[in-house]
Amino acid sequence: RPHNLTINLYLTSSTATRAKMSAPAAVRVIGAFDSPFSHRAEVALRLKGVPYELILEELHNKSELLLTSNPVHKKVPVLLHGDRAVCESLIIVEYVDETFDGPRLLPSDPYDRAMARFWARFIDDKCSKPFWLAMWTDGEAQKGFMKEIKENFALLEAQLEGKRFFGGDTIGLVDIAACGFAHWLTVCEEVSGVTLVTAKEFPRLCRWAKEYASDEKVRACLPDRAQMLAHFTANKEMFMAMAKSMLPK
Amino acid sequence: MAGGGEEEAKLLGTWASPFVLRAQLALSFKGVSFENVNEDLCNKSDLLLRSNPVHKAVPVLIHNGRPVCESLVILQYVDETFGGPPLLPADPYERAIARFWAAFIMDKLVAPWQKVFTTKTEEEKAEWMEQTLAAVDVLEGGLKECSKGGSFFGGDNVGYVDVVLGGAVPWIYGTEALCGTRLFDTSRVPLLAAWLERFGALDVAKAVMADVPTRLVELAKMKRAEAAAGAAASLPFDC
Repeated sequence: RPHNLTINLYLTSSTATRAKMSAPAAVRVIGAFDSPFSHRAEVALRLKGVPYELILEELHNKSELLLTSNPVHKKVPVLLHGDRAVCESLIIVEYVDETFDGPRLLPSDPYDRAMARFWARFIDDKCSKPFWLAMWTDGEAQKGFMKEIKENFALLEAQLEGKRFFGGDTIGLVDIAACGFAHWLTVCEEVSGVTLVTAKEFPRLCRWAKEYASDEKVRACLPDRAQMLAHFTANKEMFMAMAKSMLPK
Repeated sequence: MAGGGEEEAKLLGTWASPFVLRAQLALSFKGVSFENVNEDLCNKSDLLLRSNPVHKAVPVLIHNGRPVCESLVILQYVDETFGGPPLLPADPYERAIARFWAAFIMDKLVAPWQKVFTTKTEEEKAEWMEQTLAAVDVLEGGLKECSKGGSFFGGDNVGYVDVVLGGAVPWIYGTEALCGTRLFDTSRVPLLAAWLERFGALDVAKAVMADVPTRLVELAKMKRAEAAAGAAASLPFDC
């Protein structure tokens, strides 16, 4: 088990939380300190008021538990619920929504659910990679990725029209999927020196980022910003090398 | 559940796309009557561009005048909106497992597989084929886990993952014709080889797939001849 970083968290809720399962089973999240994917799993549980234990991995030294719980991908997060292992962050969010009582994370209407799933996938398939590459590459390639990610951010900006969150009045699947742009984005901008999102260009996205990151339940499982800043600064060279290796040949 | 049978359901697609095919399979297994609208991807219709402004891609399901895009999103929408046998199981954990394998098929199998046809050099093609085959090996384990002794990922009946993979069935035959590689070879992946036969023998699958496998094999042979003559490789459903 990773040393020093294992945190045991038991939330107490003033209202009784009735789990949909017949008998409550222990909930654990295998995660990593500043992984937005790991945050997605945690925030889903917190929004539902489900107590859980957080097991932090050091990704260069993966635990037996992680390797046996996610043998296919060997990645965080993994949700352990009793003897069940659920992998892939957005799948975990849907599992949490369907398993536990509490505020809905996905809408009840099938069409609205389809829209939520569409935008969540858009974030992972079309935003993650150009965002990362826009931050850590340079020259002509970087300009290209900047253009691409800004075009995609403009689509997300449009989705926020008249809404507090992507999910409407409450945090939902798409907000959770977009968490990286609420909390990680400004850290990346600071460390890389690249300005991607300004309030002038993306007023709704900026307002949304503040709303999301300041929510009490979200805040409780966001990595400490100062620590993230130090960590990203220390890893800047590595991120740049990684980004370079991701460029098409 | 909405009485979706009477309202109009239109599917914008192309004949060779495995993503379109899986949407057609889902609608058909659910017993939904729908209209196929053929798109020319070199000359996209206004309807397609209006319905899928983000990706400008097929398939797009238009139901009650509203578009649903992205094949996995369409599959789940169809399952949740229309009556008929459920594609996803009722239990949340089993649903998570099904979604896991659907994502695996998309990210780890289809992604390198497409690259086999789009990359230029023989060396790159071989690398992508190796990755594809590695994913097939893992998927064999997935089928064992999901089928619980039954014939399909859905167990005794066709389910979500079967439909997701089902879209690729003609491409399995096309790949053998084009590259000479049998992806679901019975000596390497016996469960998947058996699945391929059983799935392909289903009345619904046969009706939906129709002559697509044959057409793809013909197209593949033509592409192989073109490649031998020095032409660049391309996927038949790209422009």
